[in-house]
Amino acid sequence: MNKKTSYFHNYDKKYLFMKKITLLILLTIIFGIFPFSLKAQNFLDGGQVHGNFQIDAQYYEPDDKIGADTVQEKFLMNAFGNIIYTNGDFTAGFRYELYLNPLEGFDKRLEGNGIPYRFATYKKDKFEITVGNFYDQFGSGLIFRAYEEWNLGIDNSVDGIRVKINPFKGVTFKGIYGKQRYFWDKSPGIVRGADADFFLNDIFKKWQEKETKITIGGSFVSVYQPDDPGLKLHLPLNVAAFAGRFNISNGKVNFSGEYAYKINDPDQINNFIYKNGEALLLTASYSQKGLGVLLAAKRIDNMSYKSNRLESSYALDVNFLPPLTKQHTYSMAAMYPYATQPNGEMGLQAQVVYTIPKKSKLGGKYGTSIAVNYSIVNSIDKKKINDTIPIDEYGTLGYKSDFFKVGDVKYFNDFNIEVTKKISKKWKLIASYLNILYNIEVVEGHPGEEMVHANIGILDMTYKFTPKKSLRFEYQQLFTKQDKGDWLAFMLEYTIAPKWFFSVMDQYNYGNPDNNKQLHYYTISAGYSNKANRIALSYGRQRQGIICVGGVCREVPASNGLTLTISSSF
Amino acid sequence: MKKLALIIFCLMIAVISFSQEKTKKYAKIPSVDIKTIDGESFNTSEISNDGKPIILSFWALWCKPCIREMTAIADVYEDWVDETGVKLYAISIDDTRSSAKVLPTINGKGWEYEVLLDPNGDFKRAMNVNMIPHTFLLNGKGEIVWQHTSFSEGSELELYELVQKVAKGEDISE
Repeated sequence: MNKKTSYFHNYDKKYLFMKKITLLILLTIIFGIFPFSLKAQNFLDGGQVHGNFQIDAQYYEPDDKIGADTVQEKFLMNAFGNIIYTNGDFTAGFRYELYLNPLEGFDKRLEGNGIPYRFATYKKDKFEITVGNFYDQFGSGLIFRAYEEWNLGIDNSVDGIRVKINPFKGVTFKGIYGKQRYFWDKSPGIVRGADADFFLNDIFKKWQEKETKITIGGSFVSVYQPDDPGLKLHLPLNVAAFAGRFNISNGKVNFSGEYAYKINDPDQINNFIYKNGEALLLTASYSQKGLGVLLAAKRIDNMSYKSNRLESSYALDVNFLPPLTKQHTYSMAAMYPYATQPNGEMGLQAQVVYTIPKKSKLGGKYGTSIAVNYSIVNSIDKKKINDTIPIDEYGTLGYKSDFFKVGDVKYFNDFNIEVTKKISKKWKLIASYLNILYNIEVVEGHPGEEMVHANIGILDMTYKFTPKKSLRFEYQQLFTKQDKGDWLAFMLEYTIAPKWFFSVMDQYNYGNPDNNKQLHYYTISAGYSNKANRIALSYGRQRQGIICVGGVCREVPASNGLTLTISSSF
Repeated sequence: MKKLALIIFCLMIAVISFSQEKTKKYAKIPSVDIKTIDGESFNTSEISNDGKPIILSFWALWCKPCIREMTAIADVYEDWVDETGVKLYAISIDDTRSSAKVLPTINGKGWEYEVLLDPNGDFKRAMNVNMIPHTFLLNGKGEIVWQHTSFSEGSELELYELVQKVAKGEDISE
């Protein structure tokens, strides 16, 4: 009996206690948070909230002919929402991401949903501090670049602390410390770095009025990763990298460069060799109204730099090695895109943009613009370190390389010319020709495949029915004896500015050596934009290929189905 | 705890957005450090045009519709400037692969815009730009009064109608 009473007694006590707590919470809300929120409202006066959203979804249909596998989920979606709050010197924000499940062609490790990105920044006069996730870049990024590229599923933001100080006009110091995002996890390595940037014209009084402007800078990065006994190597636990840069500009002439050095860093990408790494980037340009000339050169030698030495994909890159080739966007021109080879490459690029003036004989009434671009990329010279050790042997110094000697393996060549002309008030024309040499074996890592030589012609014409209604017609043809043979592509796009577009497209692989693969890849699409909101639907086949942004590429498998994209900013 | 913090954050946002409704304020440009075409550091809060309208256009060399937009505006830009005093800032989000090509291309094409470089997308993120071309229109006080994503032939006409209204000091919000 007694026991029972005490039990009830206890129960009552517990119940009462719970009640008290609930009441307390309610009271706190009413008397605590409510006035606080009113206060906060005053405090937060002048605050702004803005953000953006995007949803990319696809309904998949199996298609044996093009090799599109059955997607078990039938429907896949990638989406994000960014919310940023700013008030004077203070900014905070987060990004929600969802991959349920990731669209075909995106890394499966993205699967899931949550908040992988959140930050707070305080900025006052000469001082700025960020805690949480941040993106940044030192110089041209040769030893450090944290960035995101939604369309490729890339995000190597650093979760940590970033400090930026401008002690004097023209002087900027930055320090970063943290771990990189790794899908829904973090890198095993810790990334630390510092950067200094000096704009000399602001620093020296004598130079202030000079037309020639000079910037110099230097940076240091170190990645710490614990030892890995499984590799049976004496590993450097702290991998350091240094870089120095300059930029000289006087309006018409611009000359800039950056050199980077990395200590030995055995990793999965370089097959765990102990060679140091080097990178050099040089660019010179001359331009005046109507003419622009650019020359660029680079050399990359063993410069893969990651916050996990075992990572073999694009994930956890600490640095960014830009390819010096033109990025093409027409579908046929983008068939064979180049991506930087971090283990070694030497390249040159030249570009001339010239506009034949308006009302001249050749230029016509509206002028004609011509752009010629040429790029070449080869391997670097590699020699054995001695007679017994083969090149790139695991756990050795790897190879010796003569800095100025170009290797004899061709990776990529691209000569292209583009003419843009407004013919009349109704007609506009863009015509291009490209000649591409593509080492598919090296760039795509498909051993044994033949070097691709391709010639591509593109015609892009726009006809205006009324000032806001126009029809654009694209015709493209690709000729090659290798890979999948010849292609042709056409597109018709009708637009009612500024809101509507409708298009039909077909890519036809008529020259495929395999008769069963001479297929059509047709797509129909429509879209509506209003202010910063956009919705687009497309239905059809997507060919297997490579999508690249900024020289980083992602392989996209063939697919068939309905794609929906919704994007909004506010 | 994380969830609670998030809920509070969302509540704060709700409170703030309600308080915004009442005052109906326009957003201003966030302060972000980017680069001029000469490699000099430039803070975006310095974007100004003596009380006249400003167009901010995010673009890149690899973006065909962006180039079409720039070309279409270039044809009429002189007239726009004469009539309304408008100034166009072309914010290139080209990364180091192509940022060095921006200056010779702009000059080669004969475009007269103010060009700024945002090679790591810092300003793009701060302005919540998803896709390019993305164009903002600012009034004389530097407030963002209109924005638009994508470009099709003739879109520049709508933009110019709005520029003219803003130049006269009209409120273009709906």
